[in-house]
Amino acid sequence: MFGKTVKELGDALRRKEFSSTELTTAYLEHSKALNKEVNAFITFDEEQTLAQAKLADEILSTDNATALTGIPIAHKDIWCAKDWITTCGSRMLENFRSPYDAHIIKRFKECGAVTLGKTNMDEFAMGSSNETSWFGNVKNPWDLGRVPGGSSGGSAAAVAADMTPASTGTDTGGSIRQPAALCGISGLKPTYGLVSRYGMIAFASSLDQGGPMAKSAEDLAILLEAMVSFDDKDSTSLEKPTVHYSSMINKSVKGLRIGIPKEYFSDEIAPDIQNGVQDALKEYEKLGARLVDINLPTSPLSVAAYYVIAPAEASSNLSRFDGVRYGYRAPNYSDLNDMYAKTRAQGFGAEVKRRILIGTYVLSHGYYDAYYLKAQKVRRLISQDFAHAFKTCDMIMSPTTPSTAFKIGEKVSDPVQMYLSDTFTIAANLAGLPAMSIPCGLDRNQLPIGLQLIGNYFDEAGMIAAAHQYQCATDWHLKKPPLHNV
Amino acid sequence: MEWEIVIGIETHVQLSTESKIFSGASTDFGAMPNAHACEVDLALPGVLPVLNKDAVEKAIRFGVATQATINQRSIFARKNYFYPDLPKGYQISQMEIPVVEGGTIKFHVAESEKTVNLTRAHLEEDAGKSLHEDFIDMSGIDLNRAGTPLLEIVSEPEMRSSDEAVEYAKTLHSLVRWIGICDGNMQEGNFRCDANVSVRRKGDKTLGTRREIKNLNSFKFLQQAIEYEARWQIEQIEDGLAIVQATVLFDPDSGETRLMRTKEDAHDYRYFPDPDLLPLVIDDDWLKTTRASLPELPKSKARRYQDDLELSGPDVASLVSSLEAATYFEATLNHFDVSGIKPAAKSIANWMNGELTASLNRSQKDFSQCPISPETLSVLIKRVLDNTLSTKLARLVFEELWSGDSTVDDIILKKGFKQMSDSGEIESFVSQVIEQHPQQVADFKAGKEKALNSLVGQVMKLTKGKANPTQVNEILKSKLS
Amino acid sequence: MSLSKQDVKKAADLARIEVTDQEAGDALGPLEKVFVLIEEMQQLDTENVEPMAHAQDISTRLRDDIVTEKDQRETLQASAPAVEKGLFLVPKVID
Repeated sequence: MFGKTVKELGDALRRKEFSSTELTTAYLEHSKALNKEVNAFITFDEEQTLAQAKLADEILSTDNATALTGIPIAHKDIWCAKDWITTCGSRMLENFRSPYDAHIIKRFKECGAVTLGKTNMDEFAMGSSNETSWFGNVKNPWDLGRVPGGSSGGSAAAVAADMTPASTGTDTGGSIRQPAALCGISGLKPTYGLVSRYGMIAFASSLDQGGPMAKSAEDLAILLEAMVSFDDKDSTSLEKPTVHYSSMINKSVKGLRIGIPKEYFSDEIAPDIQNGVQDALKEYEKLGARLVDINLPTSPLSVAAYYVIAPAEASSNLSRFDGVRYGYRAPNYSDLNDMYAKTRAQGFGAEVKRRILIGTYVLSHGYYDAYYLKAQKVRRLISQDFAHAFKTCDMIMSPTTPSTAFKIGEKVSDPVQMYLSDTFTIAANLAGLPAMSIPCGLDRNQLPIGLQLIGNYFDEAGMIAAAHQYQCATDWHLKKPPLHNV
Repeated sequence: MEWEIVIGIETHVQLSTESKIFSGASTDFGAMPNAHACEVDLALPGVLPVLNKDAVEKAIRFGVATQATINQRSIFARKNYFYPDLPKGYQISQMEIPVVEGGTIKFHVAESEKTVNLTRAHLEEDAGKSLHEDFIDMSGIDLNRAGTPLLEIVSEPEMRSSDEAVEYAKTLHSLVRWIGICDGNMQEGNFRCDANVSVRRKGDKTLGTRREIKNLNSFKFLQQAIEYEARWQIEQIEDGLAIVQATVLFDPDSGETRLMRTKEDAHDYRYFPDPDLLPLVIDDDWLKTTRASLPELPKSKARRYQDDLELSGPDVASLVSSLEAATYFEATLNHFDVSGIKPAAKSIANWMNGELTASLNRSQKDFSQCPISPETLSVLIKRVLDNTLSTKLARLVFEELWSGDSTVDDIILKKGFKQMSDSGEIESFVSQVIEQHPQQVADFKAGKEKALNSLVGQVMKLTKGKANPTQVNEILKSKLS
Repeated sequence: MSLSKQDVKKAADLARIEVTDQEAGDALGPLEKVFVLIEEMQQLDTENVEPMAHAQDISTRLRDDIVTEKDQRETLQASAPAVEKGLFLVPKVID
């Protein structure tokens, strides 16, 4: 069963080749064993998982089964799931058992999917390497000495290592696409507002967006159908007609105009990545697409603007973690303010504190215009760049990351080096555009290379189809990590 | 040295919605601690706000009623600070673009009309409560009130005395109840004022340094606090000391204000647009519908009552003191013809400001809950105007009406209250009285006018009050002349 | 722009995060690098550019004024550090 796609497993379940309980039990055992090496999961809860599998088996015996009924799915531990410990990778929430379900968790339940476990992540989704998790770093299945990317590193590694058929992630500045690229899987960040943020522990509210991570574009389509749903509890959730992504994956790329932004193909990119991406673009040309040069002149400033906007929103979003109503409270303190200060000093890790300090500073009296307002204006220009580019192209392609998976510890001491690993992914979040990453090669170290696709608003179907066409013509998405020693 | 007091008032008006401003939890007062604090109010990880339409509607009503500008696009911002009764660590409020800007409040102080301009009115959420009594070294946090919708109404610093401040607050209080956006309950904290007070020498153009008195929840405290604070500031300056900008609290027990914090340790609130909420847009249709649904305002009613019905100032003031009273008044008036409308109006006013108010107060009801319907009152008044009932008998009928559900005419019939208007019948009683009281008759004939009153009284007594006293008077006079 | 240890301590104080003198000093170096990155924005002329706070140019959705939430106090307080008589307990609040 391991290594099969959601599509394949769903077909097998409905053909009664095995039950969801059998499938789920197998995955649980396999994942738990591998987790000692990979550390992709923070929480397993066998009892709840198997209860869901049992329920799924009942549905599978009726005509009400969906494409996801009985499929084990791993959820990033940023999603609140009722009765599950939900940590967000932080000591602050180490013992927080959520009393409610996130909207997408409800949706997966409605589809009959089974929660396999909660995956490891950078603390409060702040990180690009999964080294900021309170629960230890995740290791890249392609090389256990390297990072899986972040912040959805656990979700990416779990899919890559066949610890789960598919998973969910969230993407604020590349947190789905960058780990997907580094782990050789497919990941999609939808248009802002398509996937409800209710129950997703907020990092930067105007940028955060949940999305699927899987082995193939086809699987992304299946998961996305469950995840995209209007939610009246999220003011930014959009009411849109239902799109059947999986029925649209066969759309040809003939005549597709692929925009190539020259700003995303600089000399700083590793040569192997340059080559891998160029090969992919050639493949698209072979499939009938046309390459057009475009400019995104403001995008080199996207990292700068992002590191004002995201920390500013985060500094406010994380104020609720004060040791009063839930979560960690420092054991010793002298008074109320001391309780706050010690709770937050002990409950948050170094990177989270750094971003809170940046955010607090840029919003504080006298600095607002120079930083926050300026960043919002840069954001507008970045967004306008894309609007302009989409007049001459239908989709934009670029490398997902400037380098493949780096060594654990390599960038820990220099936050800016770490931040720059999201240099190609951030702009899509600032503009709210859909974007994805699919595997398109291996570098000299046999590490996966990611191809980024950025679509126009609500063109998820077009992007998934383009990715699927590529995956039908190539087999990079089928490459498996060695994991010899595990 | 003559001093001038300068006062601006910020009022927190709790909007009377069923549910909270950003969550579906109840706003009912008096529940068990935290029973009305849902996952959104508790700021659990991952929860999000969704704006209550009715809170916006009520803000628009206020804007329309004060002739303010309604911003058709306004922005919610986060005001960041840490406090245990503020679950998110920020309050959702409005900063740069509030929903309502400008507007005026008009009122009378010592016979002259005063207009106070409003700066703005914005929507925001209330905080919870910290309770200190039950615990040693600890406070208990109740978040039932957290997330209750508030309209913060900010006036310009245009009041010049505590009397003006109190009149302003009273007028505002009456208005928010009138337009149905707040129940006005001050004990429960649903209408609270902060007063910004400064003093300057008369004739000075620049404002003095102000101190803000927080959370005054009665008109009496508002008055006392401003008077104390102004006196204190004047003494400070006269002693050669400077006023330091600060926030102070009023202690009702001592009647004094005490320092809470100075500007130096003021918060840096780090306002920024709330990314969880998009801009609030109010379209023309919404404005139009709300404008049309607003009741006629007290000012306009008062003018009509005075000009068209020729009612006195005090009568009018009490009739427009609440929407319930004005509604009751007009409903009663509707039962009269245009020809006799003025005496009817006067009579209704008398009843409403007399017996009705007294009885309602006794049973703690307002005019909307009055057991005597406007129609019934109109019948009672008609029976007085057509001389069926004397005023005295009418009062007895009123008491019967208050305690039972019978009609005016049934009571008159049952109790035999019908006024005697047959002059023949009255004449025989008058003759009887003249016969029995020769001394008073002699006195009257000797020019003692007062003796006549005594004779009228005797006739009334004999008829058990059913005779028309005016008629008795006339008959007596003609018989004795 | 140069950041001082005092700036770090002031921000930490506003954010209610305890930092020692040593920690503030240690935080300074990396923070300065981040601000060098951030300062790159200043090279861009943004005059007359409308700030962009949201990814969508739409207005906020409104909900009807209906009570939808029931009392769930027990469940919602299950993860609280200190509760007594239904109240969340904190060190004494001084106004």
